[in-house]
Amino acid sequence: MLNQLTISQLTEKVARREVSAREVTQACLNRVAKVDETVHAFISYDAADALAQADAIDKEIAGGNNTHRPLLGIPIGIKDVLAVKNHPLNCGSKILGNFVSPYDATVIEKMKAAGAIIFGRLNMDEFAMGSSTENSAFGLTRNPWDTTRIPGGSSGGSAAAVAAEEVIATLGTDTGGSIRQPAALCGCVGLKPTYGRVSRYGLVAFASSLDQIGPFTKDIRDTAILLNVISGHDRRDSTSVNQPVPDYTKALDGNIKGLRLGLPKEYMIDGLDPEVKAAVEAAVKQLESLGATVEEISLPHTEYAAATYYIIAPAEASANLARFDGIRYGARVDGANPIELYSKTRGAGFGSEVKRRIILGTYVLSSGYYDAYYLRAQKVRTLIRQDFLKAFEKVDAIVTPTTPTAAFKIGEKSGDPLQMYLSDIFTISCNLAGICGVSLPCGFTKSPKLPIGLQLLGKPFGEETMLKIAHAYEQSTPWHRERAPLAK
Amino acid sequence: MAGTDFDVKYVAHLARLALTPEEENALGAQLGNIIGFVEQLKSVDVSQVEPTAHAVPTVNVMRPDEVQPSLPHDEALRNAPKKSGGLFVVPLIVE
Repeated sequence: MLNQLTISQLTEKVARREVSAREVTQACLNRVAKVDETVHAFISYDAADALAQADAIDKEIAGGNNTHRPLLGIPIGIKDVLAVKNHPLNCGSKILGNFVSPYDATVIEKMKAAGAIIFGRLNMDEFAMGSSTENSAFGLTRNPWDTTRIPGGSSGGSAAAVAAEEVIATLGTDTGGSIRQPAALCGCVGLKPTYGRVSRYGLVAFASSLDQIGPFTKDIRDTAILLNVISGHDRRDSTSVNQPVPDYTKALDGNIKGLRLGLPKEYMIDGLDPEVKAAVEAAVKQLESLGATVEEISLPHTEYAAATYYIIAPAEASANLARFDGIRYGARVDGANPIELYSKTRGAGFGSEVKRRIILGTYVLSSGYYDAYYLRAQKVRTLIRQDFLKAFEKVDAIVTPTTPTAAFKIGEKSGDPLQMYLSDIFTISCNLAGICGVSLPCGFTKSPKLPIGLQLLGKPFGEETMLKIAHAYEQSTPWHRERAPLAK
Repeated sequence: MAGTDFDVKYVAHLARLALTPEEENALGAQLGNIIGFVEQLKSVDVSQVEPTAHAVPTVNVMRPDEVQPSLPHDEALRNAPKKSGGLFVVPLIVE
């Protein structure tokens, strides 16, 4: 079954004309038709459009053109927050109505140029606000390992689609863990690049100083391939950094002898599930046996990360989401005057979590509270970033669990926003510090059998070393070869 | 304690966000909790610390002032909830 293969396996087959892009795409479409009624990873998809893209690729290959492209004939699913020309874009929300993107995001342009087939709109928490994909206006997504459980969020559809083998890889976005957390809970690889590594042009902004786009894949090599394609400076995103993009696949040589890994003592919290703790400890032993040295480090301001994040992210969101006012696009609810039109449109269009964060963000930015909350949080952010920069003077990468527990039940935390927020406790600091992070499988809970994620955090623009370590670990363990029950 | 004097109605007005009375009640309690949680930042000594707005130090990025292709007019209007004569239609602002 072609949909079970990886990018690196398939591009070779397609380039050698052993299989066509159409066959790969059709295999994915068949898979989606079979399982997506249960998983609901996709909000929508257009089979005819996907096959037309595949046929165009096959035509080029038949002509002997561009056969060495890194994503040749690979269907890649897209989180519903990235603009794809002539595809719908809803951000998991009602407020965008029947919006159709008039242009491609930079990452989409790059993937098209690399030979990818841009496929479908993946479900997500509305405007990427959530940790379970229960906040979507288009219904919830189920975890392919246990369909009574959440896939994580906010990029839950992106993670579930890879775990259920509906597409070969997907893109998601990560503002406080929205790639790494669902990757951990669905048992796939998910990487958040260093802030500025990937252009955000064509990404609907949630928290502009924290958002990054990144890949979900079945293994580390595929993540390196996809990161090669989407990285780089873009004049249309002034926060993208003009720094050369190395070939990340070159770092995957298995040699991690002498690399120094840090274990932050602050991550061994009370709420850490014993099975997760044991799996991460075993992973650390494995990394040591591969030749890495491990030492305990301290990131003293870790306990303040969640509070800092839940001031800064809603503050930025409340400003970014002001543009959804019913004037230029999306659904509109009429009012007697412009203010009433804005209020009614936004009241009808946004879901409860988005409203909660807009109110919270507006409050912490409002006159009389700005210094006490927002400015103070920005200062604590400095301390959190300094913790990491100091730690990276001693170590090459940091090892932690990705999440405190495996996937929780649907509905388990949806009634308590604060509890939901704390499920991101290990992933949030990475965004505040602007560094890179990746989650990869490191074991399973016993009963039920649910994936556990290992998080590696790297220096700013330290993706090569981080991927080298992740790859060495992955290739020496069996976890990435395990398949979700639904995938069998 | 900021959590207890949280005026949902006033903040919702600032945010141009119409809420039902049920939403106002629910949000008031939940936001009180969340504000209570973030209050812990008050215990951090930040007197000697500069704020971080962006993890990567950013400066104004300039480009030459040259005309470049932009979104065609009809594409820009493509998703408008109401349009007429190549323009967005909005409620009356001035008599």
